[in-house]
Amino acid sequence: MTAQAVIPIAGQAVTGRLLMSGNEAVARAVWEAGARVAAAYPGTPATEMLECVAKYPDLYAEWSVNEKVSLEVAFGAAMAGSRSFCAMKHVGMNVASDALMTMTLTGVAGGLVIAIADDVGLSSSQNEQDSRFWPRFAHVPMLEPADSQEAHDFTLAAFELSERFETPVILRLTTRICHVKGLVQVGQRQERPVAGFAKNVDRWVMEPRAVGRRLPLMFDRERRLRDAAEVSELNVAEDGIDRRVGFVTSGPAYMHVRESFPDAPVFKLGFSFPLPFDSLRRFAAECDRLVVVEEVEPLIETELKAQGVTLSGKDILPRSGELSPQVLKPAVARLLGETVAQEATRAPLAVFPRPPTMCVACPHLGVYYTLSQLRNVTISGDIGCYTLGFGQPWNALDAVISMGASMGMALGLDKGRSETEKDKKIVAVIGDSTFLHMGMQGLLDIVYNRGNVTVLLLDNRAVGMTGGQDNPGSGRDIHGQEAPRVDFVRLVKALGVREERVHLVNAYELPILLRTLREETKIPEPSVIITSQPCVLIKDYHALKPYTVVEDKCTGCGNCIDVGCPAIHVTRRDRVKKPSGREVDLAFVRIESAACTGCGLCLKPCAPDAIVHVDTLAMPIKIIRKSAELSQTP
Amino acid sequence: MSETSKFDTTNILVVGTGGQGVMTATEILAEAAIALGHDVKKTEVAGMAQRGGVVSSHLRFGAKVLSPQISPGSADVLLGFEAAEAMRWRHMLRPDGLVLMNTGRLVPPVVELGLYAYPDDPVAEMHAVGTHVVPFDASAIARQLGDIRLGNTVMLGAIADHLPFPAEVLERCILARFASKKAEIVELNRRAFAAGRAAADAAEKAEAGTA
Repeated sequence: MTAQAVIPIAGQAVTGRLLMSGNEAVARAVWEAGARVAAAYPGTPATEMLECVAKYPDLYAEWSVNEKVSLEVAFGAAMAGSRSFCAMKHVGMNVASDALMTMTLTGVAGGLVIAIADDVGLSSSQNEQDSRFWPRFAHVPMLEPADSQEAHDFTLAAFELSERFETPVILRLTTRICHVKGLVQVGQRQERPVAGFAKNVDRWVMEPRAVGRRLPLMFDRERRLRDAAEVSELNVAEDGIDRRVGFVTSGPAYMHVRESFPDAPVFKLGFSFPLPFDSLRRFAAECDRLVVVEEVEPLIETELKAQGVTLSGKDILPRSGELSPQVLKPAVARLLGETVAQEATRAPLAVFPRPPTMCVACPHLGVYYTLSQLRNVTISGDIGCYTLGFGQPWNALDAVISMGASMGMALGLDKGRSETEKDKKIVAVIGDSTFLHMGMQGLLDIVYNRGNVTVLLLDNRAVGMTGGQDNPGSGRDIHGQEAPRVDFVRLVKALGVREERVHLVNAYELPILLRTLREETKIPEPSVIITSQPCVLIKDYHALKPYTVVEDKCTGCGNCIDVGCPAIHVTRRDRVKKPSGREVDLAFVRIESAACTGCGLCLKPCAPDAIVHVDTLAMPIKIIRKSAELSQTP
Repeated sequence: MSETSKFDTTNILVVGTGGQGVMTATEILAEAAIALGHDVKKTEVAGMAQRGGVVSSHLRFGAKVLSPQISPGSADVLLGFEAAEAMRWRHMLRPDGLVLMNTGRLVPPVVELGLYAYPDDPVAEMHAVGTHVVPFDASAIARQLGDIRLGNTVMLGAIADHLPFPAEVLERCILARFASKKAEIVELNRRAFAAGRAAADAAEKAEAGTA
């Protein structure tokens, strides 16, 4: 999903309201706020924030190698007195939190806004953790917009708050903010003077004695922030005529509450940490019952209960997923002892699942087809498109948890192997960007501790899963301009992998890939096999002449289907009895030549040579290489 | 139009698979609604959409839109870019809602591998559960026009006469997207839009005849 930034045309002020996603609205506000530095590592659903910021003039934007670095870059700029911005998906803060937990002590000079996008509903993430823990942990304030307009307005408010209290501010978004488009009234950029870095070791050098002096200041700041939340315009108690249930809510859940219970009183928390306890107590006193509607964890609920407020929350609402009207209405009806209104819903029709697949001609197809041929192997995986290798038809990935974890997990699988696993091969699969993000340290650990692990480093020169963003492996910066490109062969050698154990292999050369993998997994020392064919979604990829199947040559063996390319389709199935008496299922195929880009992976498993180049003159329609988005029609 | 809300909101659900242009088509529908002064929200369930998975795009417009999501049983129109995907989301339709359905099929690897079957007759299965379906082959129309990527303009043509505003508003929004392109591209999209409109109209008349 690529983002289109709605940027002002030079010299022409954009007025009125624009249709913007939450991510686009935040980016717009970052520019309007006069921010001078913005940094992020891509991650769904946060990616488009920095993509859009980078399209605005007058500020510096970068793809950082990971979220911790991005936050440190933004913090450095804020120390220098510039307004700065950092965006990440929820799990990104796990990586960045080491920096956060101490910059809360120093505070900031220029405004620093950290947007964290939670993936409530798990559209594309490895967990559903609730980022609202971070402001509580780090004692920093948090704002939670409920739609695109608020995403814009709250970002501006966050910069103000950050400078007023000299603290980083967390802007908590969810997928249902980031990827929802709504109308946004925008403004213009306000340039701000930058004070510059003021040397002050008591403030900026966090050694224990200085920390001891800063801690009381941090707790005092939290107390003053709570006072500010009590009077903040971002916290609104909306009156309602039906006082049987009053709702306390924040973020996108507010919209669901308002839609489901149009006549109920609602306390909408926009400045949602520290909680304005006095205001909330007053609100609670005016309702018969109080229900806290929060995605995901019961945090407001727990804090209000500790304040002695009686309420319902996770006792009637789910602990995971979105709290949409279809969830809220029956839960509240049951609480009130009402019979749940029979909604006009019908059971879904049974349809096959359609899991995400790898793209036509994806270089990972050949890697996983090859890995699926290996026996007696455990494959430790990582975060990216290649996570899909766990699925059909490859079944060639056994574990995935977090960015870069394939390395450490592989070493642990090696060192922790049982007596019966003595000959087990351990393979780790990791992409280029994930390797640079957090995999390098793991490989160094494998080398240093003499692990017996074969690493497959899939260098496709892009952050593929999030839409092909650039990284130090692509040799281009966030603007697509040429940038220093990391040399993976030299890098892994520098980490200590012996020269003979480093191989650069073409991901489409299946026999060489298989031979190299077999040899390296036999040798009991660390080895790295690097594949270096580009992601088919980026401009480095060049389509070749497509293939087709000669119908009367296809024997129906079905071997080509095991490559997993979505351009290969079954035309008919059959079952025959071999002379041996064994029954064999046959699947005759065709290739969707309009989608095929001629990578040739399916040729290797085709014994009867039934796959041949399409005669280009006979091509019925134009070659489709990328997604068939309307906007890209030539 | 929706019965489930006290707010006068139109709910349009556009579904298909990653890469078909579902999200772009919904965005153009949103632009048309905005041009007429409506408040609009558009949201997707499109986790790894670029990878050929399921995409469903929700569009709600009216005087004031709160939740961006269409609740099951409350979509006024379901615009299905792919036959099985239209089936998958049919429960989102309100009881008297309408399905505009491309009968063109995109068969995923899990079906090619023999792990699952593609429904034999999606239109018949929809009819069997009492759903009002208008089926037409948008993929074939797009191919006849010379480019499968015209499919989403064909689909937008099909929905054009089922919106609470004139078809011309939608057509203008589509063509505005190509204003900077070559005249022949604009003309191709104009023809695709007209062809989709005609196909849906013919299919609807055929459905009325058989009903």
